[in-house]
Amino acid sequence: MEILFAIIIGVLYAAGIYMILRRSLVKLIIGIILLGNGANLLIFLLGRITKGAPPIIPEESKVFLEAYADPVPQALILTAIVISFGLQSFAIILVKRAHKVVKTDDLDEMNATDEDS
Amino acid sequence: MTQQLILYPLLLQLLLAIVLMFFWYRINAQKVISILGSILHLGLTIYVFSYIWNSGTQTIQAGNWEAPFGITFVADTLSITLVLLTAIAGLAVSIFSASSMIPDRLKFGYFPIFHFLLLGLNGAFLTGDIFNLYVWFEIIIISSFVLITLGGEKAQLEGAVKYFTLNFLASMIFLTAIAVLYGLTGSLNMADLANKVAAVENRALVQITAVLFLIGFGIKAAVFPLYFWLPASYHTPPTAVSAIFGGLLTKVGVYALIRVFTLIFVGDAFLDELLIVIAILTLFSGAVGALIQNNIKKVFSYLIICHIGYMILGLGMFTEVAIAGTIFYLIHDIVVKTNLFMVSGLIYRIKGSSSMRALGGFYSDYPKLSLLIFIPLFSLVGIPPLSGFWPKISLITASFNTESYWALAAIIFASFITLVVIAKLWAEVFWKNPGEIPKRFKFDYFHKMGGSRKMGFVAPIVFLSIVSLYIGFGAENIQILSSRVAQELMDNQLYIDAVLNKTQISE
Repeated sequence: MEILFAIIIGVLYAAGIYMILRRSLVKLIIGIILLGNGANLLIFLLGRITKGAPPIIPEESKVFLEAYADPVPQALILTAIVISFGLQSFAIILVKRAHKVVKTDDLDEMNATDEDS
Repeated sequence: MTQQLILYPLLLQLLLAIVLMFFWYRINAQKVISILGSILHLGLTIYVFSYIWNSGTQTIQAGNWEAPFGITFVADTLSITLVLLTAIAGLAVSIFSASSMIPDRLKFGYFPIFHFLLLGLNGAFLTGDIFNLYVWFEIIIISSFVLITLGGEKAQLEGAVKYFTLNFLASMIFLTAIAVLYGLTGSLNMADLANKVAAVENRALVQITAVLFLIGFGIKAAVFPLYFWLPASYHTPPTAVSAIFGGLLTKVGVYALIRVFTLIFVGDAFLDELLIVIAILTLFSGAVGALIQNNIKKVFSYLIICHIGYMILGLGMFTEVAIAGTIFYLIHDIVVKTNLFMVSGLIYRIKGSSSMRALGGFYSDYPKLSLLIFIPLFSLVGIPPLSGFWPKISLITASFNTESYWALAAIIFASFITLVVIAKLWAEVFWKNPGEIPKRFKFDYFHKMGGSRKMGFVAPIVFLSIVSLYIGFGAENIQILSSRVAQELMDNQLYIDAVLNKTQISE
């Protein structure tokens, strides 16, 4: 299971960075989304995958008796998902506006900021 | 009461941002609330600062969860100093925005977002939890995205695309680093991490994590190979926005680097060398970049990069003297960079251009203003006794002590180039006969403004110049402050005890 996850995360990171490096703005957004999902899954994996052991202390005991699933990574992922969702929606609007104003989809043609003025 | 004291600056900014949202279309009310709120914030922060100064590091556990489990807020001397500087720069920029921002931009919620940005900065400086730091970083960058795009001009949107992409990437790398660190140690509290990371046996993985943090924060701090987004975007938004970005945003990256590399990843020779090499290259490339620019704002953008190098250099040398130099430079740089961007806005308003080639004759037109602008410009160079000079003494002493002569050469080279750049700027903008600047219709020229708006332009510059002069002439006090911060940072056990032991006492 872990190996499968590791491979998926690796593919998501690689694909995300590849898409960010492309010149098209739409591919930039896709890259951002892939990368964000990769990071979230990485937190999930590194929080250790424990099956069928919720972090609930049994009634008759005061401490955990067995290995339990760590709840912290889930809280972290939830936060990270919300944040990256906000950023992604901002990115889509930004790219749409930029496309409308600059009238190009090509990052290489976005060089007004580097002009001598 | 006193325990929650350190959260008050943060809560006040949150309150301000929320109150301002209720006045969405009433711009004049927003201006008044923002300025008064910033004054109140400055007063409050000074009070908290003096409290921390007298009674040492304070911590607060959110929701009363004990230290390694809950989110901790820590105010040591470094954090509270930076919060104070945020308040100073925030007040200045608030006044400056009130008179320099056009109403159309203010109608889209400039002031609420501006205070959310300050909230994020305060939070980032005060938090003691690495994931919480990530969340504060996100608040900062989301606010900064809105500020940089507000207005939607062509250059702004192009700059914003670059700014957005690189900052998003930095956040993702930061998040990846947190994930790996959590996998290694199972903790997020920075004090707890410091203990646990030191005990990890797999040093190679620790080093990789450290480098991930270095890249993530390095993009935000704009160090050598990762700075290209900065000169492409910082000159595009209105000057008030550039001022707060230039003064504070890159410094959050530097703060995070200082915090992580003095607390969690300590005493790794490879990392220290890496930091020194990066710092030297940053100094070099920032200085050379500034040399060839023509737009004033771009010159200042490159000088931001250049001077980040000094701070990283002090961190890399990692002796008490060097860290003190870094902290002193940080204090000096926040004030002076914020001021310089406001100066560039003032020059633009007066002459209608930011091009050094076209500008000229400023000194004969506005002799008093020129003398005022002289202060931040030459503080930046570090002509003694102005403020940029003193931290360089510490840094140079430290580089002699650690026998890193390349670092020494880089410090002197970068200072020299900064001098050349500023001297060139002075000669071009202030002394030279003006070139042809076409008169612009519908342009809001400075000399057409009313007296109170003129004051709104000049007062924040005067305010920050006085702070700069104080840093220069009261250098002894600032040096005491920086040395105390350096002592606290060099002995990370102090921080760890402050966070973790307190809970043991309360048990």
